[in-house]
Amino acid sequence: MKRKNLFNALWLLLALVLLNIGVAYAKPEQMHIMEGFLPVGWAIFWFAVSIPFWVIGFNRIRRTMTEKPESRLLLGMTGAFAFVLSALKIPSVTGSSSHPTGTGLGAILFGPFEMVILGTIVLLFQAILLAHGGLTTLGANSFSMAIAGPFVAYGVWKLLKGRTSDNVAIFIAAALANLITYVVTSLQLALAYPDAVSGVMGSFVKFGTIFAVTQIPLAISEGILTVLVVNALKNLNAPELKSLGFAGAK
Amino acid sequence: MKKQTVFFLVFVVIALAIVPLFMNPGSEFGGADGEAEGIISEVAPDYQPWFSPVWEPPGGETESLLFALQAALGAGVIGYYFGVKRGQKPA
Repeated sequence: MKRKNLFNALWLLLALVLLNIGVAYAKPEQMHIMEGFLPVGWAIFWFAVSIPFWVIGFNRIRRTMTEKPESRLLLGMTGAFAFVLSALKIPSVTGSSSHPTGTGLGAILFGPFEMVILGTIVLLFQAILLAHGGLTTLGANSFSMAIAGPFVAYGVWKLLKGRTSDNVAIFIAAALANLITYVVTSLQLALAYPDAVSGVMGSFVKFGTIFAVTQIPLAISEGILTVLVVNALKNLNAPELKSLGFAGAK
Repeated sequence: MKKQTVFFLVFVVIALAIVPLFMNPGSEFGGADGEAEGIISEVAPDYQPWFSPVWEPPGGETESLLFALQAALGAGVIGYYFGVKRGQKPA
């Protein structure tokens, strides 16, 4: 590594450590809404919102698999990426643990609707086998992690592509997808549990500040990991990325 | 991407997970379900969860088994994918 790079690297690390210390005193929180913890009306509402995305997503995935059978393996790998990252509860600065979502990668490579299905499968697995999240809250949790996340990643990626380097665009897209998942979860909780005095906004700030802080370092990790995987793909499998319309592939 | 950059990025990811361990010496780094419940009961003291998980891992050991399984399956698929593509790439 060149001396200048090393110098920049040390600065970045120092900045991260300072960021960590600055936020070390906030309270921790968990990502998915727990089983039974959303009132019936809201649980049904979020299912109603998510179902159209599931239907479209299911059709998109089926179409991708019939039209581009060669991309099946990549689709599986993308799902596996979300699967692994969701299992990794990484210690965060606030003294609690949370996990990355891994939804940015699939949204960038395939599109947001395909990722809706992959993300929902991960949530279903965790709800049934791990009592993490829940079946009654599946609609709400899939809206935050499998719908809002991928759509933000896709939008940011489309917006930044060509304006900055691919790596920077991917990093920001994946990191924001992770953060927005928590923002939406906070909003869902705030809507269901408005503060008696300050209302929905007050509740949102209460849930949101807590979520965001724990999540910032994990969002950075997720952005970096996504950049690494996309670069590995570019090295080994550029033609397939191109056939998916991934413009960054040479 | 240069090899050095890759190594550096991996190092940052690892550091982001390790540094918090030293910053919160007294913490257990729990999943914080309890705290989420705490906030809800603070805002809505009368709320009763109306549905409980259909099945819950009997304890921490089984739960970590399942999480390890989830990560291992995913990592296996990713490794398989890159292995296949590596093999197909002309030398």
